[in-house]
Amino acid sequence: MLRYIGKRLLLMIPLLIGITLISFAVIHLAPGEPTDLQTELNPEASVELRDRLRAQYGLDRPLYVQYADWIGRLARLDFGRSFAGDHRPVLDKIAERLPVTILINVLSILVILAVSIPIGILSAIRRNSLFDRSTTVFVFIGFAMPSFWLALLLMDVFGVRLGLFPIAGLRSLGHEYLDWFGRLADYASHLVMPVFVSAFGGLAGFSRYMRSNMLEVVRQDYVLTARAKGLPERAVILRHALRNALLPVITILGLSVPGLIGGSVIFETIFAIPGMGKLFYDGVMMRDYPLIMGVLVLGAVLTLVGNLLADVGYALADPRIRKS
Amino acid sequence: MIKLRLTLLLLVAVLVLVGCQQKTEETVVPAADAGPAYGDTFIEGSIAEPSNLLPILATDAASADISGLVYNGLVRYDKNLVLEGELAESWDISPDNLTITFHLRKGVKWHDGAPFTSADVLFTYQLYIDPDTPTAYAEAYKQVRRAEAPDPYTFRVTYPKPYAPALGSWGLNILPKHLLEGKDITKSPLSRSPIGTGPYRFVEWVPGEKVVLEANEDYFEGRPYLKRVVYRIVPDQSTQFMELQSGGLDLMDLTPIQYTTQTNTPAFARNFNKYRYLAFSYTYLGYNLERPLFQDKRVRQAISYAIDKKEIIDGVLLGLGQAATGPYKPDTWVYNPKVKRYSHDPDKARKLLAEAGWTDSDGDGVLDRNGKPFRFTIVTNQGNDLRVKSAEIIQRRLKEVGIQVKIRVVEWATFLKEFIHAGNFDACILGWRGGPEPDQYNIWHSSKTGPRQLNFIHYKNAEVDELLEKGRRTFVQAERKKIYDRFQEILAEEQPYTFLYVGEALPAVAKRFRGIEPAPAGILHNFIRWYVPEGEQKYAQ
Repeated sequence: MLRYIGKRLLLMIPLLIGITLISFAVIHLAPGEPTDLQTELNPEASVELRDRLRAQYGLDRPLYVQYADWIGRLARLDFGRSFAGDHRPVLDKIAERLPVTILINVLSILVILAVSIPIGILSAIRRNSLFDRSTTVFVFIGFAMPSFWLALLLMDVFGVRLGLFPIAGLRSLGHEYLDWFGRLADYASHLVMPVFVSAFGGLAGFSRYMRSNMLEVVRQDYVLTARAKGLPERAVILRHALRNALLPVITILGLSVPGLIGGSVIFETIFAIPGMGKLFYDGVMMRDYPLIMGVLVLGAVLTLVGNLLADVGYALADPRIRKS
Repeated sequence: MIKLRLTLLLLVAVLVLVGCQQKTEETVVPAADAGPAYGDTFIEGSIAEPSNLLPILATDAASADISGLVYNGLVRYDKNLVLEGELAESWDISPDNLTITFHLRKGVKWHDGAPFTSADVLFTYQLYIDPDTPTAYAEAYKQVRRAEAPDPYTFRVTYPKPYAPALGSWGLNILPKHLLEGKDITKSPLSRSPIGTGPYRFVEWVPGEKVVLEANEDYFEGRPYLKRVVYRIVPDQSTQFMELQSGGLDLMDLTPIQYTTQTNTPAFARNFNKYRYLAFSYTYLGYNLERPLFQDKRVRQAISYAIDKKEIIDGVLLGLGQAATGPYKPDTWVYNPKVKRYSHDPDKARKLLAEAGWTDSDGDGVLDRNGKPFRFTIVTNQGNDLRVKSAEIIQRRLKEVGIQVKIRVVEWATFLKEFIHAGNFDACILGWRGGPEPDQYNIWHSSKTGPRQLNFIHYKNAEVDELLEKGRRTFVQAERKKIYDRFQEILAEEQPYTFLYVGEALPAVAKRFRGIEPAPAGILHNFIRWYVPEGEQKYAQ
């Protein structure tokens, strides 16, 4: 097993280099440069300025030199400094955005699981009932509804008209003057609407998945056996069917690990949440190469690790994979 | 069927939620203004996070707004856009217009207590022209031949030729020498926690969330009344608007639709004042003068006659703007109101086009000359809805006179690289942001048509060149006015651009703030004199 993991880890290195090579090339293929923000159509900037800035950023060298330089620094875990106006280290910029994004994604996945698993089970065992149909409509409305529109609607109703929740941001103005409990409550009330909006859109996928798994499992022989030996329906469903129906869902969860660091630009913009989505989007818009590469490398590493974890999990669960 | 009914039911539920009555606002008793008082917090909404609080490195508006309160320049534009002293008490210009001597204020202190002297000014100048400094603003200071600080309160600059924009260029924010000297400016901690001489000192910057400033009690023009200023970063304007209504913001810039329709409620009028004033920017339709199609002046004039500017302003800006006639804002001294105007006149447009040889000889509704139909493409950049809408209105009007227009909307970087800089466009819709300084050399002079330069429409006119050169060398405002009046006349006659509109800034400010004086410079020019009367202050800390 250890040898297997070791082999997989070694295989990740060329894969990662390949990913960075392609990302690097693609980003530099896009027209526009980081210097554009300062120099393009700026009556105060001269043409020589652009050349000087390019030299300062090292953009005047051939692409392969830039890549070699970048990957050399990456090997020492130096992601470089942002080309944006603040010139800050890329790692700092990512580190200050990451916790919020992970927090919201984890909370919304928890909400999704808490809501969609029961929905999935109930609609499977009462297939085509009124409950099944109405939850189907409900989750698909969530799936189809544009999140920005829902967010604005909720803000208007609960924030402006009813005054129940704060509208945007993560903290109130006087947050630092609150005690520990007050701060927690302040964070919580700011998170209600964002988490609801981001979870609402994800209900459909999970609940439908759960429903179809469950439908398949209840048709299995061992469920029939359980029923035949006289177990109550509750025990049949929860103990025998549910466990098996949950297995593939856990795999999906494993694969959503890289998604944890991703955020939606629109969602973060509407709620004024400083997350990864907006950071990456702004980075792309101003062609902030070190930042873009930093976020991409992080995503690539997490994807590869997620895949490895899923495979290891499979191997642990399924003896056939372990042996081959 | 059941599914459909349920969907309808849910939709109705959502609509009911939306339609539910706005909660009654607590009525603010219009207390008598008890006069200026110190205290309270002012929260301004900002679309973007500032990039860098060292103004030398930042090009964005959010950074400039904050730097404007933290730092000072030697001079500044007052509420009527006339230069006045800030860190400089006064200045002398030598008779040959080559040397400016600034006499600095005494007793000014940096926020850390160190005294401000002419050495700081000299250092700031040297920093701007240092080739290692990645700044976009070096150009104006590279014109200087010699800069010197003969004593701690005198700063003198000499130019090789008279350079009229020079004086205004010394409005640059002066940076502290004692904190920056000998250090790599791009890695300075001051870019995240600035130290200046201005009315507000920096307190904290919570990334992605807010920047907090506090009144500088020792400010040389007097302690500002408002104790704290918070810049809240709220990237979406609809969200900002809701934050404003619920009290989370005290100032935001409204969109035209928010200004005209969404703020007409009594509740809004009770709690907010709206202002409108012309912005320092205009939008234009520019013609690529290298293309044979647009080389005939009559064709360009005809297009200007065919376009209804009022319709564009009404449709795109909801009436909140003015027709542009040239590159200057209508309420400034340099603006020439007597230039040729192009009212909507399709008949005149057709006549001019016919004179230029464009007639509909084959009766297909499109003008043609020598068998070639009159069609061209307008390009504009993605992300600016106003420009795209203007293009659509223009397209329809030009169709009426028999010109076929296609519209292409392209992402900004591609737009510049593949179209504007490559000279690969027929016509474009773009805008220029300006300022009180009337020099337009970089945009209209024939020497500025090179690659990546700003005269990308390749406008060449010997008289304009001469006027622009003269305008830069003339210091007396009345004489400059004559020069730029003529410059505007020529542009109006030749129509290298069809100048479309000047938009308006539409700020809304919470009513408890008093002392606001709208002026040509906007409303923020006397910010340190804004106050909230004692009984209406909202924030205690």
